[in-house]
Amino acid sequence: MEAKQVATAVGRGLVRRRELSIFVVCVAAAIYFAVTGSGFTTSENYHTIAQYVAPWIIIGAGEVMLLICGQIDLSAGFVFTLAPFVLTSFTGDGMPLLLALVCAVAISALVGVVNGLIHTLFNLASFIVTLGMAFFLEGMSLIASNAQPEAAPANGWVAQVFGRARWSELIWALAIVAVMQALLSTTKFGVNTQAVGSNPIGAAEAGIRINRIKIVNFALCSGLAGLGGILDGIRVGSFDPTNGGNETMFLAVASAVIGGTALLGGSGTIIGALLGALLLGIVYDGFNLTGVNANAFDVVLGIAIIAAMLLNVYLGVLRRKASR
Amino acid sequence: MTAQEEGSVTAGGAETAPEVIRAEHISKRFGAVQALKDVNLYVRRGEILGLIGDNGAGKSTLIKTLTGFHRPDQGRLLFNGTETALRSVVHARSLGIDTVFQDLAMINDLPVYLNLFLNRELTHRPLPVLRRSEMRRRAREALDSIGISIPSVDTEVGQLSGGQRQAIAVARSVYAESTQLLLLDEPLAAMGAKEGGQILRLLKRLKERRDIAIILIAHNYAQIVDICDRVNLLQHGEITLDRASQETSVSELLELVHAEYGVN
Ligand SMILES: Nc1ncnc2c1ncn2[C@@H]1O[C@H](COP(=O)(O)OP(=O)(O)OP(=O)(O)O)[C@@H](O)[C@H]1O
Ligand SMILES: [Mg+2]
Repeated sequence: MEAKQVATAVGRGLVRRRELSIFVVCVAAAIYFAVTGSGFTTSENYHTIAQYVAPWIIIGAGEVMLLICGQIDLSAGFVFTLAPFVLTSFTGDGMPLLLALVCAVAISALVGVVNGLIHTLFNLASFIVTLGMAFFLEGMSLIASNAQPEAAPANGWVAQVFGRARWSELIWALAIVAVMQALLSTTKFGVNTQAVGSNPIGAAEAGIRINRIKIVNFALCSGLAGLGGILDGIRVGSFDPTNGGNETMFLAVASAVIGGTALLGGSGTIIGALLGALLLGIVYDGFNLTGVNANAFDVVLGIAIIAAMLLNVYLGVLRRKASR
Repeated sequence: MTAQEEGSVTAGGAETAPEVIRAEHISKRFGAVQALKDVNLYVRRGEILGLIGDNGAGKSTLIKTLTGFHRPDQGRLLFNGTETALRSVVHARSLGIDTVFQDLAMINDLPVYLNLFLNRELTHRPLPVLRRSEMRRRAREALDSIGISIPSVDTEVGQLSGGQRQAIAVARSVYAESTQLLLLDEPLAAMGAKEGGQILRLLKRLKERRDIAIILIAHNYAQIVDICDRVNLLQHGEITLDRASQETSVSELLELVHAEYGVN
């Protein structure tokens, strides 16, 4: 009797809270790999997973905001690539690391402002604007780096805090998730972002400045991507022009979508993207450990994205029925 | 019976009450479409003005001009006798002009209570943090007092029926504090007889308060003649009739509208 009640409650929770269902899948995947693969449950391996997922989480947090307001940023992956070289151009001129870092993140955010302005002023789909921006930034990264990796700053507390210290990149990722989720779900800005994505005309009629909301979210997404690129580079110890790029961006978007964010705008959560990234990270790492061909990861990723979309639709229908 | 009621209200002072809004020589063009041509219109405090006209006549454009959503190409607006250039919907709202748009401006992905407070969310000032429970409580109160029945204020608006959504849109504007001018663009279009009647009764109650001016767009002339003090007919962007409801009838209005097409 009681077990049955618990089961119904859990079932209802799974339907109502999209994140819970991904969390359950994450745990299931972790248990599977812990049982079948050797070395999954070591601190070393957790660290490896953290390294995979941190960039996806950080970029994903920004992409969720953009997706919720009905936009997407395909250039975030190359902001991630370029930002470290912006940083070294400043430190090369003798600027202190912390200041250079702040400037590099600000310039990254400015890329988002440009994306947002082109989108809003010329009414050009953000898909197109940011696709163009992606190629532009890829070229700029190669020019700025001479297509060569550079040593990343490694000394001093700033480098320690921003990626060098073990786990620091993951801690940044989690802190970003907390802040962005609070922004989304507890502030007027978050509600307005949802309104803009769900019904832009209605939002405008209610007096919401939809262009401003969009531009701020483009800036947030790019700024986070820039910060993510710098953290990741400092962690690795070198800034590499082949790091980041489209693959990182698409994995971030995939994390968001698996986490329940609607591609057409209006709904989604940052925590969902965190869990989506975690799921991808666990599977990727698990495949490595169990010796499955890395190419199979993409096969699973493809299936996971489509399955997540189907689940979204299905759970949406269930939720509607439940609330009747 | 209704005619008598209205007669007393009109005689009771609506005709001499001050004008809340007056539009003078308003024109608005969208590319090749001249949506409004030299439109003049006014409403007095305590009065309901009915605005009728065919699809595409320019009714919504006129409403959107009066609420600061569109800037007129020509002409001026007098709000409480003072020339006022409305900069935005928010500006209009701050003056006490509130609107139910024809498309309702409802956010399907947000719950009822957040729609009721859309872009005027209660926050813990000076922080921009939402006061959700207070908004829920006030939303429940507002809906109860109109008698709108919905499952819960937490229901996503996208899951409600067309009539329920419309009722919420009306509630949102009616319960805004310090509204002086209420603009309603076909608020009854999707409503059943019972719910429509509820909204009409609500409008009558507002009128009895005598401190608010209302412009109501509807295609149901019986409703217009029943509830409005005056009727304006908009044809191809021009006002072609301005008459007290008592001096007209549903059949006359139908005749006037059809005359244009040579229908007997
Ligand atoms: N934003 C816009 N851009 C271009 N044309 C517009 C716009 N808004 C309205 N129009 C045009 O202006 C004219 C008047 O439209 P409006 O919506 O005001 O009509 P209406 O009287 O409200 O019609 P309905 O009864 O169908 O609601 C139409 O020809 C319409 O196509
Ligand atoms: Mg209209």
